[in-house]
Amino acid sequence: MNAMELVCPAGNLQGLKTAIDSGADAVYFGFRDATNARHFAGLNFSTENAAEGIDYAHNRGKRVFLAINTYPQPHNWSAWQNAVDQAADLGVDVLIVADTGVLDYACERWPDLALHLSVQASATSAEAIAFYHERFGIRRAVLPRVLSLSQVQRVCADSPVEIEVFGFGSLCVMVEGRCLLSSHVTGKSPNSFGACSPGEFVRWTETPAGLESRLNGVLIDRYGPREHSGYPTICKGRYHVAGQTTYAMEQPVSLNSLPLLPELMRAGVAALKVEGRQRSPAYVRRVTRVLRSAIDACASDPKTFTPNDTWMSELAGLSEGSQTTLGAFSRYWQ
Amino acid sequence: MQISLGPVPYYWPQEQLLAFYDDVADSPVDIVYLGEVVCAKRRSLTHEQWLNLGRRLRAAGKSVVFSSLALLEAGSELGQLKRIAANGEFPIEANDVAAVQLARGVPFIAGASLNIYNSRTLEVFAAQGMTRWVPPTELGRSALKALQTTRPNAVQTEVPVWGRMPLAWSARCYTARHHDLPKDSCEFRCLEHPDGLRLKTREDHDFLCLNGTQVQSWQRLNLLDRLPEISDLGVDVVRFSADHPAVLDLVTLTRQALDGNKASGLTMRLDAVPDSNSECCGYWLDQPGMTGQIAPS
Repeated sequence: MNAMELVCPAGNLQGLKTAIDSGADAVYFGFRDATNARHFAGLNFSTENAAEGIDYAHNRGKRVFLAINTYPQPHNWSAWQNAVDQAADLGVDVLIVADTGVLDYACERWPDLALHLSVQASATSAEAIAFYHERFGIRRAVLPRVLSLSQVQRVCADSPVEIEVFGFGSLCVMVEGRCLLSSHVTGKSPNSFGACSPGEFVRWTETPAGLESRLNGVLIDRYGPREHSGYPTICKGRYHVAGQTTYAMEQPVSLNSLPLLPELMRAGVAALKVEGRQRSPAYVRRVTRVLRSAIDACASDPKTFTPNDTWMSELAGLSEGSQTTLGAFSRYWQ
Repeated sequence: MQISLGPVPYYWPQEQLLAFYDDVADSPVDIVYLGEVVCAKRRSLTHEQWLNLGRRLRAAGKSVVFSSLALLEAGSELGQLKRIAANGEFPIEANDVAAVQLARGVPFIAGASLNIYNSRTLEVFAAQGMTRWVPPTELGRSALKALQTTRPNAVQTEVPVWGRMPLAWSARCYTARHHDLPKDSCEFRCLEHPDGLRLKTREDHDFLCLNGTQVQSWQRLNLLDRLPEISDLGVDVVRFSADHPAVLDLVTLTRQALDGNKASGLTMRLDAVPDSNSECCGYWLDQPGMTGQIAPS
């Protein structure tokens, strides 16, 4: 059976080289601005870094994807158009795009440049994917983390293009590309600004009631003395709902789809994505090595494949809240 | 400007839903969006009953549109979408690109979740048969102003002006989670929450509204004091969310104000609507959506 392509995050040049050296088949990165969905200070690539990274990967037979996967508005449209042109000049293998207008521009101006539909485009069905395929010739779609395993299998069977799913990393609980929780509180959304809970709005305060995490003044969580604190993303905070104080949406946890590798491979999933361009090269090295071993083991003998304990505990140790979940792949989670 | 009424976002039982639409028939609403947009398991009305309701409202002089689900996951949901797209009588509001694909050249209205943020996207959807569009919920007036100057001929613009704002959708059902039930056996608990389920911060600030698989702002958007400004931008339709029965009283007042050509804006709040003293308008002002409401420390 064909092994799935392992697509790993590159937050900077060091991260890119680390991912390639650790077994990634492809890496994805973004420029240093709002044109990509990990627009954090100190992250991402200048044109010079990008050129060096692309050479490094290509010399080793690996592919490089560039994420231009946020939504430009009239006042900043030209920055997205320039990013597409730069990507074509640099010779990236693939552009990962979400916005319909950017797809239209890239397809018309650079017809030979391969396009993947970003998870931020929220395409959850073969019909939605067909829309982008027929109009812009996309070659792959990345599925939002909202489908159960059987729904992923159905999309794979009906989709006109190959499918990529998330294998490991921080879990978006809401359908990507349509989540305005961060925007509602900070004015900056993953869609328009490229970041969820931007650091400039995060505040930690020790109070008599415990350690408090706030986002633009709104209390997201409060921690007791022995509790592990998490980054204040709105969907993973604790709130009051009808007399209960609880993680009303989700607790801090990471997605880990290792137990489902044989099913995903049998369904025909073409690629497995690792989330985490904001993570350190050390994190990327450890996750990439585990996933490389797991994908290879699964490809050589999917019938007897089970994720070994060492891999699972290594990934749990790298997870939000030291916990992992199958997320929406499992009906029970939903 | 015309006045539209968005779909009912909550699970109201059949009797309440039909009584509400009886009142809608007698109201000055011009355009009515019908159908279920949050959860396919909510079935107060069958497909045929929805169509009959649409015919009744059309006979009462309303322009009727059928809205599609915003998040499509199961094969059955796609089947439902196909039935709506092929209804043959009413235009549809596409809340997912799959609906545009299935409409296949049939005129459609682009819902806010189609993420039309720029002119080029507007042009692509106009070429597919879009007759009207609703900007993304977070799009501010400055971007809208720019888009209005380049919008394709014959494409109308519709701007939400009142009601809870949709902020997110998930595979997970938060109402079922609150009741400690799996989504697949949710016992239709949304019926117990006809105004959604209020989520407060641990400091007791009203924050969000859980509505099955959808998350909304708890505070309602209110741009009614800005109607002249909205009209000046060449907006064709203003939309009210059907998230409270009393919305029709506001619609009536708004119609009177628009017909009276009031030069100054309206300041309209309704005692009948809970928390009407804490509304928000941030997105319109290019600020965080919640601006105008929660007073965080």
